[in-house]
Amino acid sequence: MDIGKELLLEMYRRMQRIRQFETRLKDLTIRSEIPGFIHLSIGEEASAVGVCAALRPTDRITSTHRGHGHPIAKGGELKRMLAEIYGRRTGYCKGKGGSMHIVDYSLGILGANGIVGGGIPIATGSALAARVMKRDDVTACFFGDGAANEGTFHESLNLAGVLKLPVIYVCENNGYQVFTSAASVTAGGSIAARAQAYGMPGFALDGNDVLEVYRYASNAVARARAGEGPTLLECRTYRWEGHVVGENAFGGRPYRSEEEVAAWKARCPIVQFEKRMLESGRVSREELDQLIAQTQAELDAAVEFARSSPLPDPSEAAADIYG
Amino acid sequence: MARITFIQAIFEGLIEEMERDPSTFVLGLDVTRGTFGRAAGFFERFGPERILDMPLSEAGFVGAAVGAAMAGTRPICEVQFASFFYCAFDQLCNQAAKLRYMSGGQARLPITFRTRCGAVGGAAAQHSETVYPQLLSVPGLKLAVPSGPADAKGLLKSAIRDDNPVVVFEHLALGGSREEVPEGEHLVALGKAAVKREGRDVTVIAIGAMVPKALAMAQRLASDGISVEVIDPRTLIPLDEQAILASVSKTNRVVIADEAHLHGSAASEIGCMIAEKGFDYLDAPIKRVAAMDAPVPFSPPLEKAVIPGEQAIERAVREVLG
Ligand SMILES: Cc1ncc(C[n+]2csc(CCOP(=O)(O)OP(=O)(O)O)c2C)c(N)n1
Ligand SMILES: [Mg+2]
Repeated sequence: MDIGKELLLEMYRRMQRIRQFETRLKDLTIRSEIPGFIHLSIGEEASAVGVCAALRPTDRITSTHRGHGHPIAKGGELKRMLAEIYGRRTGYCKGKGGSMHIVDYSLGILGANGIVGGGIPIATGSALAARVMKRDDVTACFFGDGAANEGTFHESLNLAGVLKLPVIYVCENNGYQVFTSAASVTAGGSIAARAQAYGMPGFALDGNDVLEVYRYASNAVARARAGEGPTLLECRTYRWEGHVVGENAFGGRPYRSEEEVAAWKARCPIVQFEKRMLESGRVSREELDQLIAQTQAELDAAVEFARSSPLPDPSEAAADIYG
Repeated sequence: MARITFIQAIFEGLIEEMERDPSTFVLGLDVTRGTFGRAAGFFERFGPERILDMPLSEAGFVGAAVGAAMAGTRPICEVQFASFFYCAFDQLCNQAAKLRYMSGGQARLPITFRTRCGAVGGAAAQHSETVYPQLLSVPGLKLAVPSGPADAKGLLKSAIRDDNPVVVFEHLALGGSREEVPEGEHLVALGKAAVKREGRDVTVIAIGAMVPKALAMAQRLASDGISVEVIDPRTLIPLDEQAILASVSKTNRVVIADEAHLHGSAASEIGCMIAEKGFDYLDAPIKRVAAMDAPVPFSPPLEKAVIPGEQAIERAVREVLG
């Protein structure tokens, strides 16, 4: 598959946006500027970006509690995201949702979700709507290895399988559900293999290779658009940070070794992608540095925007309960 | 007696009961490490046969607790947040709650569900509910809402020994609260309210995390010459109607403070009971203090607007005093 330079740079830009956004967010959270639980996806950028790069603006996604990378990959605005995470009125959800609930309907971002597995039936229903309305849009559904053990996963895949719905199930297998290893709670060992039971293709891929993810996602999207039904992609990846920022405050015995973390960090999705682009000679270091600097500037502006935005007025608590 | 935290008290009770009864075992998410607090050596003490980390499958493992109870064990099932019970409603409400009755008393369901509830600042709507109101109209369940460490231990121990499904709601904001907790055999009977502070002028019935708020308020009002009695029902099912009515018959005025959404709250149920059975005692209308009927919002000023605080209880107390 030949991928144009423009798309390569766009994928890189989105990965940088996620990485820088979350790196800054971590710092802001540690400095107590941000309330609530913050789950970072640093190290998992390739799956969000590889999948979303295969989508059209009119396609839809659902995300998870670890829900900053997917909206950014789908084109979300950093400043409105950050304002939401700060609980400001100018945020995506007017301060009602916070870090685990970023939504932008105009971009097809149906929402992150505080309930593990909560987004899987929603993505399935979104794909059902495309079928009912005879549209050719598709829905990508992001979820973790842990979520693949919820009933919603199995019920949804069966539903999508029998109805041949235009949905791509993207399991980001980062090896852990909080402190419990995926291997210890996933019967059969492979999430991708579960696809077979529901009559759809399933693939386990290198979730740190954005081009591989893009290739598989493109095929799955084409299949879905053509009415041939759903696909399950299991992207093997790793979260570099704790389950939540401040995980150490929750204490307990260590649950993964420093060597394991280091080995995955050595396989950084962004560094690997950079290396490949530079080696191919199609992209220069200067071009990449320029994108990094642009993202940095945009992020500085987003932080400023979030900090200086007003908090909601208490009276707004009663708004938006019903339409 | 040692001065220990709510979490330490819970683990003290848990360990004592697990040592007492070999048919008890713990199942839930990350229970071998513990997510919101733990006891040193807990896992090493009981091992993987009796402390089981579950896959993320609430319907599955809540239901497995039901089946394991029916087959002769005494499961202690941890559901990380009360809001996650929604993922397991059938197993909790249709199965655990009903199977004794529907089997004509054959099935025995000695299950303890430990869960965390309440708003703690920025957890947003899907992690901040109390959830016990939703279970108030599910006959067959017992509901305990401890307000401090000693009750937490005593209620948990009674829950584990009870032959019915009991849900123990631990408010997250109470986790670090400290008080003297009796060592060893300290049982708080299910269905027995506590007078947390004696008073003459008005009764405040407070539930869970509203109890410390009510006590702080009562302390402040005392300097204004207002004498507030604070009653903690401790369990919502069974409800100690007698203790509540006795207090109201003495003070003739009542405020009920509950962090749940106003509609269908425990405050509503208790208020209705008082109106039916204690109407003649009342010198003023019953006043409920509860959360606004809105999903709990993320942003701190919005959360504060929705969740009732000390001031809201005080306003209600002053209102019923006229
Ligand atoms: C139904 C439900 N159960 C439990 C939780 C608490 N929780 C939040 S994230 C998480 C782990 C999710 O693991 P996984 O799906 O692998 O996603 P990851 O965190 O690794 O991205 C848990 C148990 C929840 N939010 N919802
Ligand atoms: Mg995971």
